[in-house]
Amino acid sequence: MIKSGIIHIIFFFVYVLAQVVLLKNIVLFDSAFCFLYVAFILLLPFEVSITMIILIGFLIGISIDIFYNSMGLHAFATVFMSFLRNYWLSVITPQGGYESGSSPTLAANGVQWFLVYTIPLVFIHHFVLFFTEASGFDLFWFTMLKIIGSMLFTVLVMVLLQFLAPQRRRI
Amino acid sequence: MERLLKFIYEYRAFFTFILLELTCVWLIVQNNQFQSSTYFNSSNRLAANVLDFSQGVREYFSLRNINRDLAEENANLRSLLDQRNQRLLSDRIFSPKDTVIANRFEYISAKVMSNSTELYKNYITVDRGKLDGIEPGMAAISSTGAVGKVKVVSDHFAVLISLLHTDEMVSCIIKEKDYFGTAQWDGFDARYTNLRYIPRHANPTVGDTVITSGFNAVFPKGILVGVIHNATLSEESPFWDIKVSLAQDYSKLAFVELVKSNLKNERDSLVEVTIGNNR
Repeated sequence: MIKSGIIHIIFFFVYVLAQVVLLKNIVLFDSAFCFLYVAFILLLPFEVSITMIILIGFLIGISIDIFYNSMGLHAFATVFMSFLRNYWLSVITPQGGYESGSSPTLAANGVQWFLVYTIPLVFIHHFVLFFTEASGFDLFWFTMLKIIGSMLFTVLVMVLLQFLAPQRRRI
Repeated sequence: MERLLKFIYEYRAFFTFILLELTCVWLIVQNNQFQSSTYFNSSNRLAANVLDFSQGVREYFSLRNINRDLAEENANLRSLLDQRNQRLLSDRIFSPKDTVIANRFEYISAKVMSNSTELYKNYITVDRGKLDGIEPGMAAISSTGAVGKVKVVSDHFAVLISLLHTDEMVSCIIKEKDYFGTAQWDGFDARYTNLRYIPRHANPTVGDTVITSGFNAVFPKGILVGVIHNATLSEESPFWDIKVSLAQDYSKLAFVELVKSNLKNERDSLVEVTIGNNR
């Protein structure tokens, strides 16, 4: 338990660093962003309580905000998504239920389930994020384009990383 | 009381959620105010060092362009200096009596450490700070045009609000016509900004130059902002819709110069006495 806790803390920093050093510079067609850090929240084990997930979501959001100079913006969107995570997980429980002690990974539950799990949550995160940043619905379709583009980009990278990760790993 | 506590405990996830979201909203509102003095931004040392490393890697790929731009600017400045010298030698007309007016702007060069153009509210982090004499409210320009103004400073770093920020407004004039308006970005395309409040009778034409007006003492007068890309006038609107193509390509920004206005305090206090605080 303690060991997996330490691994999660290390991965927290890996996700934040990857986001601000690498992915911050990668924006496709000036509109598709890759906010891979949400994967850290999405891949936390099933047992973690909602309160804990929200707090972690706040922490990682604030860390990202510091580097994007957008105080509170990413934290707002990530906390919102973190709150919905466990409810969504219980809605899409497969027939046999989840294996206890595991994480919602692609290896454990299959590609189809993983996409059904991630796409709505990532969409909600990006929706809240971009419309809060635009502070209104003035540029509705342009913002929607950014949201959809970023969602596809983020989910694609997330799925690719899932295939690259060794089967045994829990994150 | 016990039941109340029980109730709160029962729904602790929801209450944590509400509390954190309210904190975030408060932070966002704080951050939207100009010259907020929050610590959590990329001017703090840890964040700045990470960004510096990232920029250090990226810089290698654009060194050739940066070098060419700097060499061009050098050549330009040298020719200007030469012209000035020649004039001084030939007719000695130029002898400023008031050195305070002559030296009212100081320029401090700074390297861009982090920059974005794709968001709605873009910021630029540079490697000069309070110890180099940078203060919030100072203007930033580059060799090709206006860039933004300083929002927060720490000891060694500063965060600038880019002109590509939907809340940033710069007072501008159309050079050929002398009408003044306000440049404000709409968040759509990093190559263009909008010029607002140009009255109907101004008749701007495509290709007119837009420069800073110097009215608000942040930017010196005459810094290039861009060139009018298109101008339309709708039937009932009192103002023109003008699209200005920006002189500065923000995605290639490598060095900026921060402009210290030595007379800003004097001017602001005079305006305050005349007009009062409740403008």
